[in-house]
Amino acid sequence: MTTRSRSVLTLAAGMAVGLAYAGSAMADDKVLLIGDQCDRTGATQIVGTVLCPAMQDYYKLVNSKGGIDGWTIKGDEIDNGYKVPEAIEAYERQKQMGALMMTFYGTPQTVALNARIEQDKIPTTSPGFGISAAADGTRFPYLFPIAATYWSQGAAAIQFAKDQLGGDLKGKKIAYVYYDNPAGKEPMPILEALQKQEGFELRTFAVPPPGVEMGAQIIDITQRYHPDFVIDHLFGRSPSVAIKGYKGAGYPLKKVLGLVWASAEADILAAGGWSVAEGYNTLQFAGAGDDYPVRQEIKEMYKKEGKEPPKEMADTVAYNRGLLQAAVQVEALKNALKISGGQKPTTEQVKAGFEQIKDFTLGGLVPPLQITATDHEGGGWVQIFGVHDGKFVKETEWIHPYRDVVENVLKTAE
Amino acid sequence: MFHREAGVFKTSYAADMALYPLPIARWAVAAVAVLFIVVVPLTCGDYPISVLNLILIAVVGALGLNILVGYTGQISIGTGAFMSVGAYTAANLVTHLHAPFWIALPAGGLMAALIGTIVGIPSLRIKGIYLAIATLAAQLIIEWTINHVQWISGGVQASITVPRPSVFGVRLVSERQIYGFLMFFVVLAIIATLNLVRSRIGRAFIAIRDQDIAAEIIGINIFRYKLYAFAISSFFAGVTGVLESYYLGIANYEQFQIDVSIDYLAMVIIGGLGSVLGSVFGAIFVTLLPIATRWFLESFGGVFFSSSDLLNVIPNLRLVIFGGLIIFFLVVEPEGLNRLWRNIRNYFRVWPFSY
Repeated sequence: MTTRSRSVLTLAAGMAVGLAYAGSAMADDKVLLIGDQCDRTGATQIVGTVLCPAMQDYYKLVNSKGGIDGWTIKGDEIDNGYKVPEAIEAYERQKQMGALMMTFYGTPQTVALNARIEQDKIPTTSPGFGISAAADGTRFPYLFPIAATYWSQGAAAIQFAKDQLGGDLKGKKIAYVYYDNPAGKEPMPILEALQKQEGFELRTFAVPPPGVEMGAQIIDITQRYHPDFVIDHLFGRSPSVAIKGYKGAGYPLKKVLGLVWASAEADILAAGGWSVAEGYNTLQFAGAGDDYPVRQEIKEMYKKEGKEPPKEMADTVAYNRGLLQAAVQVEALKNALKISGGQKPTTEQVKAGFEQIKDFTLGGLVPPLQITATDHEGGGWVQIFGVHDGKFVKETEWIHPYRDVVENVLKTAE
Repeated sequence: MFHREAGVFKTSYAADMALYPLPIARWAVAAVAVLFIVVVPLTCGDYPISVLNLILIAVVGALGLNILVGYTGQISIGTGAFMSVGAYTAANLVTHLHAPFWIALPAGGLMAALIGTIVGIPSLRIKGIYLAIATLAAQLIIEWTINHVQWISGGVQASITVPRPSVFGVRLVSERQIYGFLMFFVVLAIIATLNLVRSRIGRAFIAIRDQDIAAEIIGINIFRYKLYAFAISSFFAGVTGVLESYYLGIANYEQFQIDVSIDYLAMVIIGGLGSVLGSVFGAIFVTLLPIATRWFLESFGGVFFSSSDLLNVIPNLRLVIFGGLIIFFLVVEPEGLNRLWRNIRNYFRVWPFSY
């Protein structure tokens, strides 16, 4: 037999095994299917390559403990590369597979698919993506942002600034540095409303995408405006550029707060490491760091298999967000199974399952969420962590200040 | 092989000017039309039809870009922006004036044509890669404008919800209904392009592409025809944008960024510059190949990788295979898939007597 024909045979055998493998996976009937989208290759892969494995790890952990009342969870993941046509294709495929719930990944993708989930009645989570107005469950009945919206984040940022500046913001100067796209501009109504209420001075600084060059803004902020506090709402590469810039200009980083997408380990490392970013504050919608029991359980699970814990765990911010996301999904499925009485739940029952989530904290990693039929954000909880001695240290407990202001903006939003 | 080309006598001007003079070509086109207009919607499920819908939208855009790049020889990296002009024009008409699709769709196209014509003005002075940069600038300017001018974008979110179109009082909700809607415009676009490129205007485009100085000497008004090319191409792009926002139910500027322009450019280059069929092939190739490679990897990848690695391997390997296949096809046939198809066809035309 020549090498060539042998390799052809191997390939053919491989294909046969592959087909058998694909067949066996579909044969299970006590399976709850979740359709997840991810971005492992596109613009936001730095988050996706950590967040999505975390979700898979959590499903695996639940399954290794016997699943939910004997039901196993299967998370089907499709990479959309942060593109809309790919996201549509992924959605239609997972719908055909019979997914009970879905996760969308990316703001344009979430916006584009929203009409479909309402038509098909599939409850969907969109952690940190999509528009803030989706927190209103009466207007977006099937979309669950779960994570604190940009409005809640803006309110929490102002509260933190107030606490840092001695409890009074009157006459203080706050700089808002934002990525010049819809997401970057989103917190502004909240900031403007609070400006009137608290009497501080607010100036905004736009950073044109991709924000790898911010020299002009840094000089404007640190040399001309001299703000008492800085709120960074930046994405991708730009948070690290900003941290480096403030450090270089001698602006104290303890007076800088990055919103959720400017707050991962990757941003700290890209800025030059933990010692450079010492003092920098980050806003989180899932607990940061390693001190949570669920992370130890996952490490144990890998140890039992004789494997090292995955390298993704080192990026605790993105990884823990994945855990939060998957944990809330599993919790919703648990509630749904209670509603359905142990039968396979319908998507409507899963939606009801989401809307019953409360008192579920996963050892502090998940905020005290309370999702209801009207509030799909679960209260808009965030926690602030500061960079101290090479790790994230908790600065506050879970907070959700100025709820009245946020709800007001939510009501008047288009 | 199956037919004879001899003995087809044309006895009228109409027969001489027919799109498909040979009976077999007419039958083949009719068969393809029946397949996609009758058989596919009756037999396929929602998922295959949703993929076809994505392809149909891409076909219109690729045809439009091919008129500009393939037939007239003017490079443009602004398709995404022209699509967004069409999408936002239609979205505003639909939400504020409740315009039906037969007003919103041409209005989106015409607005895109207007903007496209303005963008096309530099093409008189600059050519080739320089023109590409000018259209790139247009892409960025239009993106910025939509992002910052709120009466266009409908608010900070820069997204406007667009309800599905109604045809004769029926709202097109299902995938199958919207498939019919899209198919109608694709057929229209294909017939229009086929006829355009063999008309006086189309011949002028080709003359400009092949040698613009010579074209000017034989009396073609280069400025006018270059602007025609930009206008027609942008009209198609605008219509594509409207169709896409009808299909998705939303107009959002992040759907029309520079990577979309590059995807469309890839479609016409892979499909074949200066051919209608090539645009269709390119749209199918670029839309379907990522899906097909993932199907393949999901089915057979389990043999070589563990399931947790597989989730990481599939998307990345998919990109590698996608890039590799593009290079492969362009090396095998630099003139694109259309030429490859013609080579195959010509081989079988005389087969088995290849002398």
